Amino acid sequence: MFSVILSTASRYLLPLMLIFSFFLLLRGHNEPGGGFVGGLVAAAAYALYLIANGVEEAKKLLKAEPIKLIAMGLLHAIISAFISVISGQDLMTGVWAKNEFPVIGKVGTPLLFDLGVYFLVLGIVTKIIFSLAEEDK
Amino acid sequence: MLNLLIIGFIASALAPFIYKRTKEYFGWIAASFPLYMFISFFLKYNEIVSGNVIKEATTWIPSLGINFTFLLDGLSLTFVLIITLIGTAVFLYAGSYMKDYEHTGRFYLYIGVFMTSMIGLVLSDNMITLFVFWELTSISSYLLIGFNHHKESSRKSALQALLVTGSGGLALMAGLILLQQISGSFEISSLYDIHDKIVGSNLYPAVVILVLLGAFTKSAQFPFHFWLPNAMEAPTPVSAYLHSATMVKAGIYLIARFNHAIGGTEIWQDTILVAGSITMFIAALLAFKQTDLKKLLAYSTLSVLGTLTMLLGIGSNLAIKAFFIFLVAHSLYKGTLFLVAGTLDHETGTRDVSILSGLRKYLPVTMTAALLASFSMMGIIPLVGFIGKETVYSSILEVENFRFFLLALAVISNAFIVMVTILVGIKPFFGNLLPTPKSPHEAPIKMLIGPLVLATFGLLSGLFPNVFIQKLLDQSTISILTEELGITVKLWHGFNFVLLLSFVTLALGISIFYFRKQIIQALDNISLTKFIKPSYWYERILNGTLSFAKLQTKVLQNGYLRYYIIFIILTTLGLAGYTLFRIPGIDSLEIILDLTIYELIIALIIIASTILVITSDSRLKAIVALGVVGFAMGIIFILYSAPDLALTTIAIETLTVILFVLVLYKLPKYLKLSKPGSKISDAIIAGSVGIFMTLTVLLVTAGEMQSELKKYFAEASLPEGKGRNIVNVILVDFRAIDTLGEIIVLAVAAIGVYALLKLRLKEEDK
Repeated sequence: MFSVILSTASRYLLPLMLIFSFFLLLRGHNEPGGGFVGGLVAAAAYALYLIANGVEEAKKLLKAEPIKLIAMGLLHAIISAFISVISGQDLMTGVWAKNEFPVIGKVGTPLLFDLGVYFLVLGIVTKIIFSLAEEDK
Repeated sequence: MLNLLIIGFIASALAPFIYKRTKEYFGWIAASFPLYMFISFFLKYNEIVSGNVIKEATTWIPSLGINFTFLLDGLSLTFVLIITLIGTAVFLYAGSYMKDYEHTGRFYLYIGVFMTSMIGLVLSDNMITLFVFWELTSISSYLLIGFNHHKESSRKSALQALLVTGSGGLALMAGLILLQQISGSFEISSLYDIHDKIVGSNLYPAVVILVLLGAFTKSAQFPFHFWLPNAMEAPTPVSAYLHSATMVKAGIYLIARFNHAIGGTEIWQDTILVAGSITMFIAALLAFKQTDLKKLLAYSTLSVLGTLTMLLGIGSNLAIKAFFIFLVAHSLYKGTLFLVAGTLDHETGTRDVSILSGLRKYLPVTMTAALLASFSMMGIIPLVGFIGKETVYSSILEVENFRFFLLALAVISNAFIVMVTILVGIKPFFGNLLPTPKSPHEAPIKMLIGPLVLATFGLLSGLFPNVFIQKLLDQSTISILTEELGITVKLWHGFNFVLLLSFVTLALGISIFYFRKQIIQALDNISLTKFIKPSYWYERILNGTLSFAKLQTKVLQNGYLRYYIIFIILTTLGLAGYTLFRIPGIDSLEIILDLTIYELIIALIIIASTILVITSDSRLKAIVALGVVGFAMGIIFILYSAPDLALTTIAIETLTVILFVLVLYKLPKYLKLSKPGSKISDAIIAGSVGIFMTLTVLLVTAGEMQSELKKYFAEASLPEGKGRNIVNVILVDFRAIDTLGEIIVLAVAAIGVYALLKLRLKEEDK
């Protein structure tokens, strides 16, 4: 069920959707969005690519093993929780950089935590989708 | 002291790595670690015996009163010195003994964790800290008993020990929490001043029973004794260390430690006295028929543990003195004898006492250690065991009721112990040499130092009790009783009734040894019924639990997803419904329906697509209709100004549809499998869930919302969480720990899904 239109479209849609997912992640702190939904959108981008080009192509494109993405997400979240401990505050206290960064905005441990959620969700959904699609073979 | 414990755990964790690099020399390196601990604590000896108590506190969870408070007094110092001294001997010994085992590095990890936890246990002043270390010793004991995990008997024994001591541990925890409820503090030292309040409380009997359950299971008192002989499946250094010298004494330590705070009552003293004397007697009798070196030693250990418990039960000044001396003596000689048994096993290839004989020429050094320890165990002058036995007898003579009955029990038990000692420590070296599986030869030096040092300590503390025992004894008894004893320890008390008893014991023991075969034959005709064996009940309970678990799994987790869902829904419905309708004034709430035209339209769309889902004859149609329901829900969220929820719902719905599409080909042809009957029951269940949820939502919105949280989060979001999106700030900052928990669950679920899918793939491969 190969479709040239979908395949070509997905090549252009994928980067757009990934940028959008990242945009959702970053704006989450002030406007609707956040790591969870960002991760879902990113996973949807890969899912679209998978439907258009097959699971092998999608896997190649993602490069990282989904299971490693899951682990990375958890690691980010846990590191963000312990940064405050190192600076002598209680566990999971938000620690923020003093200056704002261009584009990204305020940077602090909650953002790192959200990034962790983003990776984790991306990892989980791609893991499940890839495993299901692989079974078709 | 906390630092030493942390060092201990870190060193244990490093052991496997260092072992890989050093192998041959690792025994020496490993032994330096308990030796270092021994020296660090020994340096505090002068301070402690002069009457000081060293206290150290580091906060852990101060809001619950749980802290790392450590207390070094005479009692804990005695235990720590025993633990580290025997630890040094055992660690060195194992360097040679464990050489041919796989995973020796891991062995040192486990035993290092055990030693550190054991030290932590006897130092803890906080009951919860004590409990944590208590459980750690149980777990490391489990790992060590099951060290030869390829053997089923090892695994079974390890599990048995863990289940028995673990359930006792649970009882202990309950007892400690009750104690905190009465006293308001988790610190043991703070209990001393309010002894009367604790004893007078209604909860007191429960505290006693629960704490003693913990102590009795750990120290293998009757009827929980059966796990200890089975624990002999462990490698011999473990048996020497955990299951004779240290861990099994943790229960006795607990009784001694709490004696001051919650003891002194009839229920406390009598329970301990009865359990102890029964254990002492029965274990000695059970030892009789054994032929395995380690089993013999195990039953004699049980008997000694019983004696120690009994002495605490008697509770007089003299009994506490006897307790203390006997404790030290036993750790020294039993540690030695276990190591000797290990050496014999290692160098001859058998542990059967009927084969071991005439080895004096081949293992002269081991024999020296064995003889010293044996004489101490038999209570022969001038070893410390002699003083121990003498004081045990004289303290029994002080008991008011059943004095001679107890005395008879003690003499008979000790006579059997004498017989065991002859079998284990003397007989293997004398008489004629019998052929053994391996040709016997002397053990390597690493396996000689430990037993020799321990045995020599036994001799020295017998000859010079003033130097080695007296001072610690004085300070230890303060921790157990309230006042100093002022009793001196002497080797020679002159010719008196107690000395006569010692002779009687020896003579009786030797004659039992000589007539052993005849007595065993006579006893063979009498067989005990299985119903009075506690291990029979253990098996019954274990098997019962397993078959109940199987039955329950068969019913609740039968492999059909629809039943899982039905069970979950019905349980939720029952529990939540019951709770909801018990809220007072719930039926007087007025339900107001105030619908806008948008809401009405979306509601109609949802209803229409739901009907389509359940009546459709094509799977694709049903999936799309289900998607419509989801998107409509998303729109409702937008209408109620919850854009975050809407966004997530829509993303999830999209992905769900994609997932369905991916599996669509794989599913069997769309058939209507449900029978009309099950359709009706499904409809009832689904309908009641719908009605319940609707009612809940309506009732919740009808009542007044009194939450302060909403206001707090709205105000605090920007200044404290630095974000305007309250939902997200709650998720990643205010309630981040909840989110952390949720993402961990998600990760586990993903691994589960993956495993299930791969499992199916494999089956297809076949």
